[in-house]
Amino acid sequence: MSQALLRSKKHVGRREFLKTAAAITGGLCISAYIPELGAGARELAAAGAGVFAPNAFLRIAPDDTVTVIANHSEMGQGIYTSLPMLLNEELEADWSKIKVESAPVDPVYNHTVYGVQMTGGSTTTPSEWERFRKMGAMARLMLVDAAAQQWNVPAASCHVQKGVVVHAASGKKATYGSLAEAASQLKPPEDVPLKDPKKFTLVGKSIRRLDTPSKTNGTAQFGLDVKVPGMLFAVVARPPVFGGKVSSVESADALKIPGVRAVEQIPSGVAVIADRFWAAKQGRDKLHVVWDAGENAGLSTAKMTEEFSKTSAAPGNIARKSGDPAQALAGAAKTITAEYDVPYLAHAMMEPLNCVVDLRPDSCEIWTGTQFETPDRASAAKVAGLPPEKVKLNTTLLGGGFGRRANPASDFVVEAVHVAKVAKAPVKVIWTREDDLAGGWYRPKWHDRFAAGLDAEGNPIAWTHTIVGQSIMAGTAFESFMVKNGVDGTSVEGAADILYGIPNLQVDLHSPKIGVPVQWWRSVGHSHTGFSTEGFLDEVAHAGKKDPYELRRKLLAKEPRMLAVLNLAAEKAGWGKPLPKGVGRGIATHFSFETYVAQVIEASVEKNGNVKVHRVVCAVDCGRAINPDIVKAQMEGGIIFGLTAALKTEITLENGRVEQTNFHDYQMLRMFESPVIEVHIVPSDANPTGVGEPSVPPAAPALTNAIFAATGKRIRRLPIQTADLAAEGEVKS
Amino acid sequence: MTSFTLNGKPVSVDDDPSTPLLWVIRDSLGLTGTKFGCGMALCGACTVHLDGRAIRSCVSPLSRAAGKHVTTIEGLSADNSHPVQRAWIEIDVPQCGYCQSGQIMSAVVLLKENPKPTDNDIDEAMSGNICRCGTYPRIRRAIHRAAELTAAPAKGKVAQ
Repeated sequence: MSQALLRSKKHVGRREFLKTAAAITGGLCISAYIPELGAGARELAAAGAGVFAPNAFLRIAPDDTVTVIANHSEMGQGIYTSLPMLLNEELEADWSKIKVESAPVDPVYNHTVYGVQMTGGSTTTPSEWERFRKMGAMARLMLVDAAAQQWNVPAASCHVQKGVVVHAASGKKATYGSLAEAASQLKPPEDVPLKDPKKFTLVGKSIRRLDTPSKTNGTAQFGLDVKVPGMLFAVVARPPVFGGKVSSVESADALKIPGVRAVEQIPSGVAVIADRFWAAKQGRDKLHVVWDAGENAGLSTAKMTEEFSKTSAAPGNIARKSGDPAQALAGAAKTITAEYDVPYLAHAMMEPLNCVVDLRPDSCEIWTGTQFETPDRASAAKVAGLPPEKVKLNTTLLGGGFGRRANPASDFVVEAVHVAKVAKAPVKVIWTREDDLAGGWYRPKWHDRFAAGLDAEGNPIAWTHTIVGQSIMAGTAFESFMVKNGVDGTSVEGAADILYGIPNLQVDLHSPKIGVPVQWWRSVGHSHTGFSTEGFLDEVAHAGKKDPYELRRKLLAKEPRMLAVLNLAAEKAGWGKPLPKGVGRGIATHFSFETYVAQVIEASVEKNGNVKVHRVVCAVDCGRAINPDIVKAQMEGGIIFGLTAALKTEITLENGRVEQTNFHDYQMLRMFESPVIEVHIVPSDANPTGVGEPSVPPAAPALTNAIFAATGKRIRRLPIQTADLAAEGEVKS
Repeated sequence: MTSFTLNGKPVSVDDDPSTPLLWVIRDSLGLTGTKFGCGMALCGACTVHLDGRAIRSCVSPLSRAAGKHVTTIEGLSADNSHPVQRAWIEIDVPQCGYCQSGQIMSAVVLLKENPKPTDNDIDEAMSGNICRCGTYPRIRRAIHRAAELTAAPAKGKVAQ
């Protein structure tokens, strides 16, 4: 999901948006949209007598426990802490009494912008910024009313303090828990005014995450940890080529493995069902499947790279055009061109995909770590032959998501329901790491071709950018409003809306159709445009004999927030100050998910071509930082994620087969390669913007620009090839 | 039957002795704090202690544990009070949290063998544990902090 989608919503009428959302959900939920305050919504939150559930987002028990019901998934980004912070800023309960629970699936929990229940696009905090505070304020108003009525005093004469309603004049006090029953008899107020942000006591503080203790003692429950009585385990043999089909299965050897109960064909392959995971896995190893590889058997990423380059020689569908780039290029004092390439990438969450399904004749219960509750439930219901309301989906903690767990086809959930149908018992389907890496739904492979024209002073006056890569949105329910005039907004985000003031500019797009399933991957389109645009801008600076920082400052003159971020990063990094011999400094900025980020990286290259990243300085303006330490953690993590893509990972295909199988050939950045990271947050009163993704895009270009500064070698394809950087190596591009 | 001691308690299981210890611990003995990440000893999510040494349980057969002491994340302390756990909480290391049992189990052995590790020592001891969320800078800080807490537990009150 992406900022482009968020933005497009602004231009889409509600009716059209609901229609789209209805398409995603199978058209069964959205029409029953329930406002937060409906009686049904209150029932969703309520559990037990004497419990106060003023709305669907919290309940207060007689023992003062406040349970915040989180409608977004916790996948590491900290929202099981930041959402309660928003709510409790207004509720003012005792923070130590706050607990978090994942929401059931219901329209009341739909994303305020996307219209389905889901987590993505770095939008949880921005989209819930107002709603969660309102839900907390509503509860506080009702608790105060309940106390005032009991004491027979005006509500206005009472105040609240850490979960206690106080009537100062009489000295009367009552805890929220003791008022829960009385408050639940009251009607929710219609008008819920919010605090002046100047009076915030919780928002803006680096308080500790609520989920940390459970993640240091093994009690945190991920999907993989779910246990259901009588549960079986399954692994699935999937076709080695995307779109392949089973020709024949020989299962006798698999069935000889003790504990293997059944081998069954399902639409996505062959399921091996056993008493235990290990038996299922061994059974799959003994399976003899003959596959009909189908039409994708010839796919080769090496060939794609050549074809993409050829395609990019001609302009594609126009995503943005300002001025007259062709004429400006023709008249430029100097022109430069370059081509950039990035590969398919797997999300490789540490917790491999898994899903537990308990399918009964008239109901279905699912446990999984998902980012896509509404679509998953609708898709599961279709396979189960049940109405969605008969499918109960429980969202567990996610051992990483990065977009993979918001699958447009609900692939891992749909498959698990198919397995449950043949298992005839509750079943947990587990993907191995090999399954994960070969399983598709990658960040698309991209090619970016640039030309720039410079005036006599070395300033860029023309910029053209042709992008080639598969559309993520094509074929999904989002296509109708995300693909306009042949341009998928997520393919060109970060390029078509580039902040630099270049008067003649064109961005255009080719979207080849290739049989490799692609998907949003942490920072989506920005994951390639950040690298290519910031790398090429660095080339423009050097071609014009400008300092890369100074040129960016000049081109950002009309973008005060990005300019401030850029200046802050440069200042904290000591831009221009001497560095040890062999160390280079690179700079990059990127605007994504409404957030401004700049990074300065110091790096060097050893004789054998190994890249050493010494230090990363990151400045960010994400509006008001709800929990600055969580913002910092997200910046740190995004930088490591971006550096991993820069230095390590690529998914390649030959003869339609994915060549990577596990972490030995799809390597992650490790502790010994992890640089010092410093994060500086620009203080701001603006509304909060995204933090989960925006630090990813600038990491790769800041690094490759640093490598250029250190070695004079320009990197135009990722991952960086050690051989290209070895002492006598020539950079291929 | 294979018998061993798990977190101080004797256990016996009838899984095939070649079954990886990881799946015995998770599926047969029901302790799910130890995680599956790769199945090839490449990521460290499954790290447990065998007689006090860190091993990757995803490639260690059950037979290897016979008669020995196995400690998992659940056995580190009853109340998150181990210095490494306290440091992890103080510095808010985890993001998704999935790899952190393994990270903590590796860090505990490092600190036992080397009570005051340098950054280089940390690089060497911890590079077998992958964190896709990128919590490495915090893991490093937390290990240094845990070393302090171990050396002077009285000073180690975790401030909120």
